[in-house]
Amino acid sequence: MASPWLRPPSAPIRGVKALVIAAIVLVMLYPFAYVIFASFSAAGSTMQASLIPSEWTLDAYRAILQGGVVTRALWVSAGVTLVGTAMSVFFTITLAYGLTRTREVPGAKPILYLVLFTMLFGAGIIPNYLLVKGLGLLDTYWALILPGLISAFNMVVVRNFFMQIPTELFEAARIDGAGEVRIFTRIVLPLSKAVVAVIALFYAVGYWNSFFGAMLYLNDASKWPIQLVLNQYVLQGTPLSQFENPNSVPPPAQAVSMAVVVLATLPILVIYPFAQRYFTKGVLTGAIKG
Amino acid sequence: MLRVRWMYAFIIPGFLFFVVFAYVPLLGNVVAFQDYSPFLGFTGSPWVGMANFQALLTGPELIDSLRNTLIISLLQIVFAFPAPIALALLLNSLLSERVKRVVQSIVYLPHFISWVIVISIWQEVLGGAGAVSQLAQLFGGDSVNVMSNPDTFQLLVTLQVIWKETGWGTIIFFAAITAIPQDLYESSACDGAGPLRRIWHVTLPGIVPVIMLLLILRLGSVLSVGFEQLILQQPAVGADAAQVLDTFVYYRGVLGGDWGISTAAGLLKGIVGTLLVLAANKLAKRSGAEGLF
Repeated sequence: MASPWLRPPSAPIRGVKALVIAAIVLVMLYPFAYVIFASFSAAGSTMQASLIPSEWTLDAYRAILQGGVVTRALWVSAGVTLVGTAMSVFFTITLAYGLTRTREVPGAKPILYLVLFTMLFGAGIIPNYLLVKGLGLLDTYWALILPGLISAFNMVVVRNFFMQIPTELFEAARIDGAGEVRIFTRIVLPLSKAVVAVIALFYAVGYWNSFFGAMLYLNDASKWPIQLVLNQYVLQGTPLSQFENPNSVPPPAQAVSMAVVVLATLPILVIYPFAQRYFTKGVLTGAIKG
Repeated sequence: MLRVRWMYAFIIPGFLFFVVFAYVPLLGNVVAFQDYSPFLGFTGSPWVGMANFQALLTGPELIDSLRNTLIISLLQIVFAFPAPIALALLLNSLLSERVKRVVQSIVYLPHFISWVIVISIWQEVLGGAGAVSQLAQLFGGDSVNVMSNPDTFQLLVTLQVIWKETGWGTIIFFAAITAIPQDLYESSACDGAGPLRRIWHVTLPGIVPVIMLLLILRLGSVLSVGFEQLILQQPAVGADAAQVLDTFVYYRGVLGGDWGISTAAGLLKGIVGTLLVLAANKLAKRSGAEGLF
């Protein structure tokens, strides 16, 4: 966007800017770097503030990936994320498409308003808990998926995108004899890849990161997803080793904690570069005019 | 030509979800008017009228958590709200597209990391055994634990929000900045305005409507502060500093079994919050911004 008439500012201003930016980048990245290095450190907590460990080891990862609590929690999170994201995306885009024709479909407009109202007023923690309990979903993985299956905000983002598709395309397809389902899968979806990718990402991140739902609805510790395990063993300080193989010599507790943090962050770091190019496009289509 | 019946096939599953998981729980709020017992259920529990609300408003707990909520909200509005505006202006003033993109991808990242991970990472750097503490000991000082100090906790919470969300918050301001016509910059540059004056007289006025809208909406949700963020840290610093309205409902209701009173607190917060958002929206519209709905 740099126009030819823009000249670089004076040297002192550029210097100050460079310093500020460097400071911001450092503040953002240092904690991540510290945690990653700490997870490979054989010395554990005696790192003495130097970032690079004096002795490298994979013991921490070996210990937690042996098939204990952390391994199981990672699988739970992965499963819930996959199933949840697929279901959420499916039901969000179908509802969004169904609500694009509020004029022709009787009842669609009130339904749209009912959906929008949920963004304004939620029932609160206790009534939701009582509902999940009443439906018999306590201590099931469905409790992590069903209560947040569709986000009204994401639905609005997708609906706005669908509304921008020229209706002539649909008319033409209808004249050619295509049914509504065919129009949806062959015309609407291929044109909406970017927005579907964005909401899929948002849902996936949401499921992977979800903590409170699990804390509320899962008493059975053997079903816990990774975020809850992280809270228990890293933040609340419950020793992890008692649940692991008692015969092996435990690696330093700090390295183990940090390895759990790294493993819980890894999926986000892996998909982040791929998803990034959709952010601006996808967020802006929906967020500006909600 | 539109086959209306098919459209219902698209609508009904999603709508059923909202009926069951958004509207049925609304009815669950009757618990606020009951001395609810899980064994007796909705139908068996005795009705107590407004007694739960009375107990809430006369007891000290609600007032304490309301005060903490408002203090944290205020700190966030004063410090966390302007941060993305400043960062967006700074990044926008960079001439190198490549540097801009790299910095953007770095500052967006924490938004996608869960609160559990963010706090674990902070704990590791700023906690009692963390990097800062080690550094302090290296220079002969005492170990410091910023993470469990109730006196500075509310500032800490604000700093965490700034760290996690500032980068992501710039997106909307970038969008607003892109919408400013380029010739405004060119003509002001021709009139001799330097880079700082162009920011002050062109960029800032150009994004003021978005700033106003977001600020007003933020005021509307003044009763909601990061729930997960607080509930994760409450054990470390104690209720005096960390108890907010949402954590009050959780501790008192789910853990304490005081279903009626905590539902009343949640309902009160929901109603006041909704009224605030509606009022904020009206204010946004009156101030000339587009409003949200």
